[in-house]
Amino acid sequence: MKKISSLYSKKVIDHFQNPRNMGEIDNPSGRGRVGNPTCGDLMELQIKVEKQNNQEIITDAKFQTFGCGAAIATSSVLTELIIGKSIEEAKKITNKKVVETLDDLPLAKRHCSVLAEEALKKAIVDYQENTTKNKK
Amino acid sequence: MEVYLDYAATSPVKSAVFKILEPYLKENFGNPSSIYRKGQISRKSIDEARVKIANFLNCDPQEIIFTSGGTEADNLAINGIIENFDKPHIITSMIEHHAVLNTCKYLEKTGQAEVTYLKPSRDGVIDVEDIKKAICENTILVSVMYVNNEIGTVQPIREIGKMIEKENKQRLENSVKRKIDNTKTLNSANYQPIYFHTDAVQASEYQEMNVQYLHVDLLSLSGHKIGAPKGIGALYVKKSIPFSAMMHGGEQEMGKRAGTENVAGIVALGKAVELIKKTKTKTKKLRDYFIDRVLKEIPAVHLNGSYEFRNPNNANFYFKYIEGESILLNLDLVGIAASSGSACASASLNPSHVLMAAYGDAERAHGSIRFTLGENTTKKEIDYTINKLKIIVEKLRKISPLTPLELRS
Repeated sequence: MKKISSLYSKKVIDHFQNPRNMGEIDNPSGRGRVGNPTCGDLMELQIKVEKQNNQEIITDAKFQTFGCGAAIATSSVLTELIIGKSIEEAKKITNKKVVETLDDLPLAKRHCSVLAEEALKKAIVDYQENTTKNKK
Repeated sequence: MEVYLDYAATSPVKSAVFKILEPYLKENFGNPSSIYRKGQISRKSIDEARVKIANFLNCDPQEIIFTSGGTEADNLAINGIIENFDKPHIITSMIEHHAVLNTCKYLEKTGQAEVTYLKPSRDGVIDVEDIKKAICENTILVSVMYVNNEIGTVQPIREIGKMIEKENKQRLENSVKRKIDNTKTLNSANYQPIYFHTDAVQASEYQEMNVQYLHVDLLSLSGHKIGAPKGIGALYVKKSIPFSAMMHGGEQEMGKRAGTENVAGIVALGKAVELIKKTKTKTKKLRDYFIDRVLKEIPAVHLNGSYEFRNPNNANFYFKYIEGESILLNLDLVGIAASSGSACASASLNPSHVLMAAYGDAERAHGSIRFTLGENTTKKEIDYTINKLKIIVEKLRKISPLTPLELRS
């Protein structure tokens, strides 16, 4: 029998089977919800940002995803990529980086990594808007 | 454990079928059009297979055309008819297999035909009355599938066939009347009946296949869904109807389908229909057990398609809050093969046209999985599948942001 799972790298299957940082954060500093269940993909990323040595550091990240195996794996790996990074560093993370970290994705599934990048950007914008609001 | 629950996609060649076809790939390789002995052995075996299929469908052997499969049979049925008309009208349904749907769309696009696509009811069944209402003066073909390949719904083929016959009778009376009024000569040459085609690819193993009983003029069959190999199918075409070839070349298949015959495939198809059992209670009982347990033991699950008008081998579930490909992938990882109406599982990005037509709900289309049982499916396999499904659905619901709180614990 030809396995669907053979279309994916071992890393994708690992993240899909054992997703890291799944769930929600109490009082997140920012959240990014992208996609739409009608399109078959919905991703929500939440981040906790704390000031450390004058830098804004993402100290925690959690995700919830409705979507295919690749969508779940990209969300999971994204949280690993951003935890411990500064906001400035996280901003530089692209969908390409997500795909590389997963040891590649099938061509038809690349859009899932774009979704991850968008979720991250949206969560950062949300965090920045929240901090400006709090300052006022 | 390896569990195959995708028999609607394809089935293994049955051993009795393989045994009978094998010599036609080896020593009996003769071209049926050759006059020497080797050729005549092939010719004779084709003739015998044709008789077996004619017996199965209760028609004349000369009314069977062998094709390369269900898709070619569907293409040939539609094109073979419409070729003889100027801008004819076709009535079909929105839930047809792509072999019918895309043929109709192509004819529409190229201006060769007008097409009406009928919407099914919410349980995925086409209403005879809707077909009747859609009939226009230039309607010459109705094409409605017997059993839907995704949700397994059984369409009222006999009722449609009888309704069309009644319409045709009316047309004949009207044309005779017109003739009498106009020319005072009784001539029914102007009479144009409506022909009725059904794609019976998914039905052959489980439904009544007597074409006289069904009142159909054309019927498509496929080999690999019933234990013959891929690459063989057949089209029943009623003798009396005008029909043109699509494949041009030699005089094979009474001039209606050129090309050297797939002898091994034809022999296999003949054997496969012969092996179809009259009683199908075993599969149905197991399938009912499967549906009942899944609906009872997994929360927020719906059955897609009518429970009542349903092929005995099909179970199609909508698992709310989660996406189909992620279910399939998890099933695959524990050795279970099923299929999905989800776009993410295939190359296309659109969700299943069947689920969209029946429910108009993309989320439902994305969250649905089809399981199709076969003759050899066991209760042990079904129990294993249910147990794994429970774990998988619960796990994916924990990951999904759509899952309500009460289903997360």
